[in-house]
Amino acid sequence: MTTLIIIAILPIVLLYIGLYKANKLLLPVTIAGLLVALASAVMQWNNGASAIFSGMMLFDNFSVAFSAIAIVSTLLILMLSKDYFERISDNVAEYIAIMLFSLAGIVVMVSYYNLAMLFVGIEIMSVSLYILAGIDKKNFASNEAALKYFLMGAFSTGFLLFGITLIYGATHSFGLEAIRNWAVQHPRGIDPLFHTGIILIIVGLCFKVGAAPFHFWTPDVYEGSPTLVTAFMSTVVKTAGFAAFLRLFSVSFAPVAEFWMPTLMVITIITLFVGNLTALYQHGFKRMLAFSSISHAGYLLFAIVALSATSGNAVFMYATAYSIASIVAFGVLILVQQQLGSDSFECFNGLHKRNPFLAATLTIAMLSLAGIPLTAGFIGKFFMFSGAMSRFHLWLVIIAVINAIVSIFYYFRVIIAMYFRNAEHEALTVPGYYQFVLGFSALVTLIIGIYPAIIHNLTYNI
Amino acid sequence: MTVSILLLLPLLAALALLFIKGDAVKTIALAFSLIELALGVYFITQFQTNISSPQFVFDAAWMPKLGIYFTAAIDGINIIPVILTVGLVPLIIGTTFKREYKNASAFYALIMFMQFGLMLVFTALDGFMFYVGWEAALIPIYFICGMWGGENRVKVTLKFFIYTFAGSLFMLLALIYLYLQTPEHSFDIYKFYALQLNPTQQAWVFAAFLLAFAIKMPIFPLHTWQPDTYTEAPAAGTMLLSGIMLKMGIYGALRWMIPIAPVGFYEWQNNPLWLAIAGILYASIIAFRVKDSKRLIAYSSIAHVGLIAAGLLAWTIQGLQGAMIQMLNHGLEVVGVFFVLDIIERQLKTRDVDQLGGIAKVAPQLSIAFLIIVLGSVGLPLTNGFIGEFLLLNGVYRYDMWMGIVAGLTIILGAVYMLRAYKNIMQGQTNALTATFTDITAGERLILGIICVLIIVIGVYPQPVLHLTESSVTQLMNDVNSKISAALLHKK
Repeated sequence: MTTLIIIAILPIVLLYIGLYKANKLLLPVTIAGLLVALASAVMQWNNGASAIFSGMMLFDNFSVAFSAIAIVSTLLILMLSKDYFERISDNVAEYIAIMLFSLAGIVVMVSYYNLAMLFVGIEIMSVSLYILAGIDKKNFASNEAALKYFLMGAFSTGFLLFGITLIYGATHSFGLEAIRNWAVQHPRGIDPLFHTGIILIIVGLCFKVGAAPFHFWTPDVYEGSPTLVTAFMSTVVKTAGFAAFLRLFSVSFAPVAEFWMPTLMVITIITLFVGNLTALYQHGFKRMLAFSSISHAGYLLFAIVALSATSGNAVFMYATAYSIASIVAFGVLILVQQQLGSDSFECFNGLHKRNPFLAATLTIAMLSLAGIPLTAGFIGKFFMFSGAMSRFHLWLVIIAVINAIVSIFYYFRVIIAMYFRNAEHEALTVPGYYQFVLGFSALVTLIIGIYPAIIHNLTYNI
Repeated sequence: MTVSILLLLPLLAALALLFIKGDAVKTIALAFSLIELALGVYFITQFQTNISSPQFVFDAAWMPKLGIYFTAAIDGINIIPVILTVGLVPLIIGTTFKREYKNASAFYALIMFMQFGLMLVFTALDGFMFYVGWEAALIPIYFICGMWGGENRVKVTLKFFIYTFAGSLFMLLALIYLYLQTPEHSFDIYKFYALQLNPTQQAWVFAAFLLAFAIKMPIFPLHTWQPDTYTEAPAAGTMLLSGIMLKMGIYGALRWMIPIAPVGFYEWQNNPLWLAIAGILYASIIAFRVKDSKRLIAYSSIAHVGLIAAGLLAWTIQGLQGAMIQMLNHGLEVVGVFFVLDIIERQLKTRDVDQLGGIAKVAPQLSIAFLIIVLGSVGLPLTNGFIGEFLLLNGVYRYDMWMGIVAGLTIILGAVYMLRAYKNIMQGQTNALTATFTDITAGERLILGIICVLIIVIGVYPQPVLHLTESSVTQLMNDVNSKISAALLHKK
């Protein structure tokens, strides 16, 4: 709870700092504040928490782990924001504040224990994101992204809310445990309210996490939004979406798994193919990352399809690996975009000669996203595959393997451009903040890949 | 002393080499690989041939909550690939001394990293570790071929990568499947051996492993990546690929595929065996028509490995021992041949057999070395190839006479195309191009000399090598055969 309070107060402080034009203070205060929030979250670890505020919130290990990864990712992304927001306008304090409001919503989303809180969390997060997508006011694509995101987001929220009300109608409660108890007491038959509610919630949540066939907003929004905002959306927001998804389904809907599981399995398969096959045909790195994020949503759905006691850990490992690798990818992308003016694959040609450090970190990130051993991405995929196989979803795993092979084509395209092709470009200048974030993220990717027990020993049963 | 030091040293060497600039990097890389070789030799002298259990075991927790351990050891099954790896890497580094590679520190670091991956594969007794090593060996060779390879390298290396990655992912599924079958959820290979899977399960596990290993070896018709990759890769990359890396497939089949799924193997044995034999014929026939000398050796390599695979899959003691010794022989010969071709290409800038000829006149030493290597690879008596091919053909023949006869053609066909290649390159009159050729230098003489001496020594007195593997191979074979006969009895 302290974490949430700190994260909610921090943006207000920032707004005051902005008011007094002390822009130099913004980033240090943000970083310090987030570190305090992180520390307060970690201190909650293993506290044997019980639900608070009449069962509205539950800050257990699951919530601590996902809050921590959300805070760390936000921290890394905000470090990349040095000199980034200034290019858009002077209202830097507002941008950072809105992002932190969104983070507050995310902490609620990973700690809710009541559907009302889920809805509140998702709305706090989403409304902030609608604004963030459109902060580049003079850019046509950014406006389009904001409008599309708002329309689609509002639409999906409608589905989610409708689903929640139907569930309430059937079970007379918003509380996750009460819903679970109701489901256990009504094991047979299809209840029109309850089961329709589950389907509507699936639709709403799949919109939020960008799973096919509810993914149509993703590419345009990701491409149109300022790259830093895209990085935030495709890492922190997606992780939170899956944490919320998983908590709801593992706590409340697990007893009726045989009802929603086939639906979700179909969604998973479609998501994998749509994400991977479309990513193959992209010419821009940013749009490729957008489609690859759809395919990663597919892999993350594995943990929910194959729901078990280890699902939380699987989602956590996968989301961590994916977030950190994506931050590297977006960080390099920002530098390339700013200094070369485009994000096509040709801009990466010969990067390893001019910027060996950038090329090395981006290579590690791409290998991690592709799931090659000795990187964190492989560990994530390993948990997903073994989880699914332990629930006998062999065909699902084989489909995932085929998709993993396809993904090599587009992830390696940028590696090939950087190392195997030549081009005459100026060397990119890499600011110190970027060096730290990229180096740190690449290192974490390798450490988790080489010795995953460092995290797994803690999170194996969240 | 445990085997961990053999694993750690190349990894540290790779990291250290990254920070060394200038020409010294070659020498330092060679020094590291020689230290590794010295350690390897020490392990071999300490190796006890009369016991079949793992020796120099290193065991550490990796992800203990998931039953994943870092377990490495040497026994009679992997000692040959280990010798091959520690022995060939210094030779391969030695062959690069005359070549100037851009960004040399990365080049040598990748070679050492690849050695780390290979050692991981060969010494792993844990399924997870085996898979990690399998991919860890693939990444460096991908970059070696992609960054320093020929003109078509981008397309060719991507094909190579996708092929092997696809195969290995199915192997990963098989490993996870086995892991979930073990009662205590473990990746330990001995727990895998102890599993009681029914024939259908075994057949699927066998198929998944076979896909990975057949692509790596490669067995016809999964070989299409191989000639292109060998041709486009830089000489050192080709040597790593053909000399050591393809043995991963053979070793994997022997250590993992067959003992884990003996009944699946027994029921499906015929199919991969015929494919291997078909590959021998197919590659030999293509080798007749190929003009690019590097490509020719690539096809001859498919034929040779096809024979090793056939001897292994025939599952007789002769075939297995032949496969063991032939892994070593093939590694030596193929490094030697590619080195000779690299010397010629570096001086004359061509690999086209038709443009060469008469080199023996201007470079008698090179020509003698090449002759010994070629004779070794066609299996002339008193060279190492003879004992290997004899055992392999003997093994195949004992399994099925017709297979033995068809596979035996490889001796004749191989002799024809290899000797013809020798004739076209070395003999005849010098032409305007080859007249400018100069003979080998002291360093090259040393490397070729080592290879030639080993070819003859192993050919004359193969007993020590065979002795190293004998008890483990016999033990493994008896275990597998008793499982198969138990399953057959159960069926009746």
